[in-house]
Amino acid sequence: MRFRAKIVDVACLNHFTRVINTIAKLAKTCTLRLTVDKLYFILTDKVANGGVSMWCELNQGNFFDEFQMEGVAAEHNEIYLELTPENLSRALKTAQNAKTVKIKLTNKHCPCVTVAVELPSLSSSSRIVTHDIPVGVIPRRLWNDFREPSVPDFDVSIYLPVLKTMKSVVERMKNLSNCIVLEANLNGEMNLKIETDLVSVTTHFKGLGNPPWVSEDGSQNSTQDRDPESMAEARIDIRKLLQLLAGQQVNPTKALCNIVSKRIVHFILLHEEVSLQYFIPALA
Amino acid sequence: MGLALDHCLFPSPLVIGKAVHSLSRIGDELYVEPTEDGLSLRAVNSSRSAYACFLFAPLFFQLYEEGSLDPDGETFRCKVLMKSFLGVFRSLPSLEKMVEKCLISLNPRASRLVVQLHCKYGVTKTHNLSFQECELLQAVFDKELCANTLRAPARVLVDAVVHFPVTLAEVTLGVSPAGKVSFRNYLDEETEPSRTMVTELCLSEDEFQDVQVQQQSHVTFCLKEFRGILSFAESSNLPLNIHFDSPGRPAIFTLSDPLLEVHLVLATLSDPNSSSQVHSTTLQARPANGAFPTATPDDDFTGDDIDSYMIAMESTCEEGLGLPSSPTFPQRHPHPGAALESQSSAMESDLEGAVPGTPPQKKFRSLFFGSVLTPSQAGTHPGPSQDVLAEDSEGES
Repeated sequence: MRFRAKIVDVACLNHFTRVINTIAKLAKTCTLRLTVDKLYFILTDKVANGGVSMWCELNQGNFFDEFQMEGVAAEHNEIYLELTPENLSRALKTAQNAKTVKIKLTNKHCPCVTVAVELPSLSSSSRIVTHDIPVGVIPRRLWNDFREPSVPDFDVSIYLPVLKTMKSVVERMKNLSNCIVLEANLNGEMNLKIETDLVSVTTHFKGLGNPPWVSEDGSQNSTQDRDPESMAEARIDIRKLLQLLAGQQVNPTKALCNIVSKRIVHFILLHEEVSLQYFIPALA
Repeated sequence: MGLALDHCLFPSPLVIGKAVHSLSRIGDELYVEPTEDGLSLRAVNSSRSAYACFLFAPLFFQLYEEGSLDPDGETFRCKVLMKSFLGVFRSLPSLEKMVEKCLISLNPRASRLVVQLHCKYGVTKTHNLSFQECELLQAVFDKELCANTLRAPARVLVDAVVHFPVTLAEVTLGVSPAGKVSFRNYLDEETEPSRTMVTELCLSEDEFQDVQVQQQSHVTFCLKEFRGILSFAESSNLPLNIHFDSPGRPAIFTLSDPLLEVHLVLATLSDPNSSSQVHSTTLQARPANGAFPTATPDDDFTGDDIDSYMIAMESTCEEGLGLPSSPTFPQRHPHPGAALESQSSAMESDLEGAVPGTPPQKKFRSLFFGSVLTPSQAGTHPGPSQDVLAEDSEGES
């Protein structure tokens, strides 16, 4: 089992750091899955996470100049690690002006992901900073726990409003209530509502547009039969929603959510080189 | 005991302000002592494991009038609440822009230390600070006795510590005769090595203005106080000298300039392990916070093979098999890690010298036995640099 990768380009390093920062805001610990082509940051829906789950996928070629991965076995050419993304974030924080950043799997006092940063210095030799981040190696028998979640059979799919706006609305609502109702219809309308004994506040978004989903057999999605005015809603934990919105460091190219009425909201944020899916279950 | 009257007027209150800011990182009380060598401002922390002294030469001041000695021949000294003194110099930017002169004097009738800021536009701010007379605060140390010396521009060291989190308590500085200097975060015995990130920075000899290393060694000291002096050094553009020896002996940081001499003395953690021994077990490539030499940038990944770990893990299905815990120092109880038993017994650290208090200070030995000298010694007291020992004198020559 071997992993080593190198980033040389400053823009790639910057971008990678921002992705890691986003992940760090969403999960205290998560699973890093390495394949020959991709990196995945996975959070499964355990009770400890409040039932949220996350699936983030990056193409390694968009970030790394060198990438070598040898999995646990030839027919299972992958590596699954449990790590604390905050550590990775901290290691990369002061590496932004580095000449090179190498990330590799090592065995120091325990399995570690070692980030070795080569920094410019006034002397002839570079300065080297190494960060040994302890990780847990997840054995093959547990890999099934980390499969890609399927897109749920949703009632409504809608593009999100500008995330910055949505974030500032939700931030203010957080002070009033712990849960927020997210509802939307096939007419491109979305409402964010909170309701307490004293006050209820609703923010209306219009003209958002609904993404055209095509099901696998090529036919149009069954939601076509749905009354376009009818709202699908889910009541979710406002802090989880805010975590998702606040963690975004870059505006995504596409941002949408799929609502399964009263069950779950599935968020999809797409950037050029990164895709992030985040599931927030509805509260009882 | 009579009071000595003293005035000093200086045109660069910013430097004094920065000094007070640095001193505030150390202790809650500011010791003020005007002597014929200059005005000294000192501080010590509650567990007596950190001491700093800023000595401003008389020439630093536009006017330096040291008052007459009292009948006992003692110079006046007092201590002021750090919070109060810092309050006068709190905003460094406004100090720089608005304050033209500063006058410090003693008002014996009101028992107040008067700090007067003469600002622009005819504004004068007068602060009357109450003080307490106090004993001499003097740490005993001698940088000449230290085996190792480093000198570097403050910038280099500031850039070195930036990689460590602001909350990190202690850092370990290591040197080797080959000229490698490293900083690493220290994991104390309460942190679990398999859960904590270890960061290490290696600098080469070329980055330093002077490197004199007699033997490989590493010392661990508090980062907070070190950062305090670093920021002063950086803003005053002075190179920082670091003198240190073996673990347990204090590390001395100095800055000097014709008009100002700064000393910071920090106790270092004592390490029962000999720093030159590295015992690696079959599965353990390098113990956390074990000995140096520190990692060299290894491009060929030869030490990194995780396969042996994987084999062990898969064949026995037991978590953590064959991975004895690395020695960290100092441990309070022997660790079950079998392979390291020979070292474990030595690791039963004797902490009898430790001063009780909040961590991490409790593990540091006290810098000196008390700060009170007898009047006869005080009278002949020559100044900040002293010979003789710093910590527990048992067994020391």
